[in-house]
Amino acid sequence: MSVSKGLPADAAIAAIPLPAAATPAWQRIALVLLGLAAAIAPIFVLESFHLFQLTMAVIMALAVLGLNIVTGYNGQISLGHGAFFAVGAYCTAILMSHFDWSFWPTLPISAAVCAGLGYGVGFPALRLAGHYLALTTFSLAVAVPQILKHKSIEDWTGGVQGLFLVKPDAPFGLPLSSDQWMYLVAVIVAGACFLLVWNLIRSRIGRALMATRDHATAAEAMGMDIGSLKTKAFALSAMITGIAGSLSAVAIEFVAPDSFSFGVSITLFVGMVVGGVASILGSLFGGLFVLFVPNIAEAISKAAPGVIYGVILILFLFLLPDGFAGLLRRIAAKLRGRG
Amino acid sequence: MLNRRTFLAASAAGLAMPGIARAQETPGVTATEIRIGNTMPYSGPASAYGVIGRSHEAFFRMVNDQGGIAGRRINFITYDDGYSPPKTVEQTRRLVEQDRVAFTFNQLGTAANSAILRYMNQRKVPHIFLSTGADKWGNYQDTPWTIGWQPSYRTEAQIYMKHLLAERPNPRIGLLYQNDDFGKDYVTGVRDILGARYDQMVRAVSHEATDPTIDSQVVSLQQGGCDVMLTATTPKFAAQAIRRVFDVGWRPAFYYLTNVSISVGTVMEPAGPEKGVGIITSAYLKDPTDPGWDNDAGMREWRAFMAKHIPNGDQKDGSYPFAYGIAQTLMQVLKQCEGNFSRESIMKQAASIRDFIPATLIPGIKVSTSPTNFHPIRQMQLQRWTGQTWQRFGGVIEGANV
Repeated sequence: MSVSKGLPADAAIAAIPLPAAATPAWQRIALVLLGLAAAIAPIFVLESFHLFQLTMAVIMALAVLGLNIVTGYNGQISLGHGAFFAVGAYCTAILMSHFDWSFWPTLPISAAVCAGLGYGVGFPALRLAGHYLALTTFSLAVAVPQILKHKSIEDWTGGVQGLFLVKPDAPFGLPLSSDQWMYLVAVIVAGACFLLVWNLIRSRIGRALMATRDHATAAEAMGMDIGSLKTKAFALSAMITGIAGSLSAVAIEFVAPDSFSFGVSITLFVGMVVGGVASILGSLFGGLFVLFVPNIAEAISKAAPGVIYGVILILFLFLLPDGFAGLLRRIAAKLRGRG
Repeated sequence: MLNRRTFLAASAAGLAMPGIARAQETPGVTATEIRIGNTMPYSGPASAYGVIGRSHEAFFRMVNDQGGIAGRRINFITYDDGYSPPKTVEQTRRLVEQDRVAFTFNQLGTAANSAILRYMNQRKVPHIFLSTGADKWGNYQDTPWTIGWQPSYRTEAQIYMKHLLAERPNPRIGLLYQNDDFGKDYVTGVRDILGARYDQMVRAVSHEATDPTIDSQVVSLQQGGCDVMLTATTPKFAAQAIRRVFDVGWRPAFYYLTNVSISVGTVMEPAGPEKGVGIITSAYLKDPTDPGWDNDAGMREWRAFMAKHIPNGDQKDGSYPFAYGIAQTLMQVLKQCEGNFSRESIMKQAASIRDFIPATLIPGIKVSTSPTNFHPIRQMQLQRWTGQTWQRFGGVIEGANV
């Protein structure tokens, strides 16, 4: 988890999909089509429970992606992204259950609220270095569940009881069950966000973010406004995690303060490290990991699932020291070496 | 590299293993087995309650050793939800859709059960005998597929008020409650009994679970001229209240304390055991540390079960007698089904238990349900703090019929 090394990120850009010069257009199109097919196939293949699990994994992946922007690409450790996840979820839940909004229009609102909150928190907090920022954001994650219970906003948040909401039904009479539609919604929203981040990271701003991470002084010397860059990255990252929170609220159809304990923030952090720091595809794997591995741990031992989870985690770090994304990179490097 | 590859291949195979499921008329029931689902916090902040699930596993193993029920083995499937509602939803859906259980039994946690309440009722899957004291599980009109088990907080408050009015017809009650659904259930229970007299008799003050202290609330109750105290709050605040009431020189004639906060180790000792003498609370389970039960037939039955099936379990842990009593209640329901384990039949029998007596309940307390009563246990016995221990007194008191 070498956040400060420039190498992995550069390699990520180069590795997937293989260098543009070497890839003919038809191959790239085939790759995109293949990815689309892989994303849509589960709707027709999986039973509704597995589809639900996969929906949750996609949502977690999106939340991990949000964290990856600020921690992976910008080098600012945040242990508080669970708070943005919660705020996003509550925005959607409040709008849907108190104002009878449908799901889609709540998305931009919750994105805007989370971005605003991220900006507000990031503005003072990002002037703190490294581990101080980690603690500041951590305190946010600890505070949010309690704030949600507070008397003054209880009428809105439902207090400890939480709020119930209903999954959207498929529009235009599409022959899809609500689980299938929910999966499609999650894939569409997450897909759009992944694409957005993909483009952003490969742009001028993305390079500036990484330059700030790798060598702040050099970046500043080259005329980058470090403070503003960091704050914007934090806001964007909070926004994406907040959107994931919104999706989770409708997928679960229930929000309560207990659903957003500080454990969520740690879970996201674990997902990011296991998937691969500063990797977009790694975020996807991180989402799958944090959803499915606890179940595997539990299947092995009910007496101490936490211990098994810890062991699996350590094994992963041992086998894939630079995350899942690192494995892909190594495979790609090997293929290229042979070719 | 070979090791790494083998390992990865093995884990991939594990991940890909498909769940086998088949359609049938009575979900979860075959000629040879009946599948029962459950979620428990085996990990996370409430993992101490995980022993309840382990006790159930041992209990159903014992039932199977003795020949099962109506010629079928019980297949008890329990999953960890880490005390997190989204995980409870996931695990419950796995139980219902993938494992195809007949019903779920004794899932733990108020928020966890709230999260799946609608799912279970929409799908008409029995969601029975939950491990939570909230009153809302007794709502048979709106959620007819969900039923609780233990006395609700509201019932408990009714019992205190019944006792109080019998002893003191014109009390002035100071009610200190935590401002959440737990504390508010007590307010509702007090109102049930006092009715129109509530406003005149009760001075209620609340606090947040996040407040640092409740000193000012205690003082305001004392200055309001209250001569009775009812504390409906979690252990930390209960200990503070006991100490504060004593230190300001207030001596309520009757001091009731929710049985959520009666642990000797976490409430009475920190408050100062001498400061709480005379405090009244309630119980419905036999306390395994009470020597008064040493020769009790029910507790001997339970200890024999523990010795044989959970030899390394802590017999001082009150969760075990709880689990034993609730599992016995389930067996009573399954017996009443007489081999018809359709979901309708299971729910119907869960709502027609007549005066069943589990081994670990205080004598005189019975489990009773009906199509219009989804509160299986509505009776409790009072007990008083002597300075060293809780001592039971008086007969069993029943909650109000509301």
